[in-house]
Amino acid sequence: MLEIKDLHASVEDKEILKGINLEVKAGEVHAIMGPNGSGKSTLASVIAGKEEFEVTKGSVSLEGEDLEEVAPEERAHKGVFLSFQYPVEIPGVSVTNFMKTAINESRKAKGLEDMPAKDMLKLIREKSELLEIDRKFLSRSLNEGFSGGEKKRNEIFQMAMLEPKVAILDETDSGLDIDALRIVANGVNKLKSKDNAVIVITHYQRLLDYIVPDFVHVLHNGKIVKSGGKELAMELEEKGYDWIKQEATV
Amino acid sequence: MDLKEKLISSFMAFENNVDVEHPVHDIRTEAIKNFETKGFPSKKEEAWKYTSLNSLQKIDFSIFPKEDNALEYKDVKRYSIHEIDTYKIVFIDGIYSSYLSETTHDGVDICLMSSALTKPMYRQVIDVYFNKVASKDESLTTLNTAFSREGAYIYIPKNKMPKKPVEILHFATGNEASLLLQPRNLVIVEENAEVQIIERHQSLTTNEVLTNSVTEIFAAESAIVDYYKIQNDANTASLIDNTYINQKSKSNVNVHTFSFGGKLTRNNLNFYQNGEYMDSTMKGVTILGEKQHVDHHTLVHHIEPNCESHQDYKGIYGENSTGVFNGKIIVDKIAQKTNAFQQNNNILVSDKATINTKPQLEIFADDVKCSHGCTIGQLDEDALFYMQSRGIPKKEARALLMYAFANNVLESVRIPEVKGRINKLIAKKLGVNLGFDL
Repeated sequence: MLEIKDLHASVEDKEILKGINLEVKAGEVHAIMGPNGSGKSTLASVIAGKEEFEVTKGSVSLEGEDLEEVAPEERAHKGVFLSFQYPVEIPGVSVTNFMKTAINESRKAKGLEDMPAKDMLKLIREKSELLEIDRKFLSRSLNEGFSGGEKKRNEIFQMAMLEPKVAILDETDSGLDIDALRIVANGVNKLKSKDNAVIVITHYQRLLDYIVPDFVHVLHNGKIVKSGGKELAMELEEKGYDWIKQEATV
Repeated sequence: MDLKEKLISSFMAFENNVDVEHPVHDIRTEAIKNFETKGFPSKKEEAWKYTSLNSLQKIDFSIFPKEDNALEYKDVKRYSIHEIDTYKIVFIDGIYSSYLSETTHDGVDICLMSSALTKPMYRQVIDVYFNKVASKDESLTTLNTAFSREGAYIYIPKNKMPKKPVEILHFATGNEASLLLQPRNLVIVEENAEVQIIERHQSLTTNEVLTNSVTEIFAAESAIVDYYKIQNDANTASLIDNTYINQKSKSNVNVHTFSFGGKLTRNNLNFYQNGEYMDSTMKGVTILGEKQHVDHHTLVHHIEPNCESHQDYKGIYGENSTGVFNGKIIVDKIAQKTNAFQQNNNILVSDKATINTKPQLEIFADDVKCSHGCTIGQLDEDALFYMQSRGIPKKEARALLMYAFANNVLESVRIPEVKGRINKLIAKKLGVNLGFDL
């Protein structure tokens, strides 16, 4: 479904990703772990199409289509979703109006009419219940004054609304207490199917207790230095990242 | 002959058509003398540093319009808030159109300045209020005073409120190659009375128009005044809008200025707080493109203690447009416990657009809360990427961000149909249809 081949990416001439290879098939959950500054968030941004990062070599493709020339909004229309580590506050635009616009723009791109208001309301109600989001919350300005947990829960609510093929969760667990973590993880698990894929970026094993990965990859210095099953995450939790760094240097 | 000379020599002709025995004429002759001494302001003056009237002075404006221009309602309907019933005071090329207007004397006076300045029954009110808050030395105001004859006259007695909002509409037909208009409005809102006013100047052709307007507003104790200025004129129309407001205790005056077009617009908005426990609010949304120019000069003079003022101006400048915001707040020594807030935020969406913004605070009291903030920026790239990543194309994302940016100024608009109209104008100006109101 998502294929990353020898991906190199730079920002302001500084190379951050130094040759990443990763294949994510439909129905799979991949975890990407690694120490701070290893390039995890850059990888997420490059997949979503942030222009600040320049792809200098290699490719990202979705269902066989190279995404290089594809704008971020078109990637979203094709089914790429990024849950932001730091969701942006947008004063003056309510959560509901933001989602209406996002969904109808995506429909427009597919040649469909706007979703009827009644269906939209039903969808919003259904998905907000899944994430245990209060109705009042939906009329507030997007992310403005939201707590860390509310922001993350709102990201997964957006994911539920947009039903992507590939969802990248960038440190969705940071800033969450145990209850919020459970709600978020439960939401992601319910959205998982044999037709979509999830990439979980995290520092810690904690989230992976709830969203169980099929594969775990360790990113270090812009490269995947180790891959394994879910037991690799436990090993990392126990031993930290130093042994990986040493192994990589050797 | 330059415009100044032409105006001065026209004053004699003007005198043939007004009652020179009326005390107001002494005010006029005093005013023309002042204008003769001062002339038009130049860029050498601090207050006119960023706005030049030079090219306008080279135009051979007609000072007195012909009297026979008519318009059909269907041609001008779209410029009024036709979704609701309103009183209307309509002028065509400066001449009152009784056909398009709806005035009243039912408990309140919503009528013409020309009546107020000539009929004996208004004499007492004119003696007390006319030219009492307008500046006697600012040259463009004195120019207007000298030629003051026509405009809107609104008098709301104690405890009254008109049944519906009042629209003051000025249309220029273009029958003159270039036309100078000088409307003079007087609004008196007595104790505990209330009024809502919408003002608009609209040129209907590409001929040059220059309007030099003066509005005096008197808000007595506990009076409420809501004033909406909609400025979306043709690119050959210029407006110098001078508004002077005298407020008494516990009154509440809100002025919203929506500037979306016109060749050159200068708004001089002056609040004088003569009392305690009152609130003055000035809000503005400016969205410009092409070579349009808007200059907002505000003044709030806190003369007595325990009052508030709120200023919030948002500007979005594209193409080669230029903007100015100069917000002056004076807090007198005795005006303790003053709360004065001022905010001016701007977004430049083109490399060639310019904004000059300047807060000017003169605070002589020591127990006050005054805050001001100016920002000039581009749209937040992170916010754009965030929205794009949810499938919203860049153009719509930009529009949505700009729309949201202007939004909190619209929150305080109390006539829903005015809010709706402004929403539509903003969407049109930004070139998108968002499908919902913010």
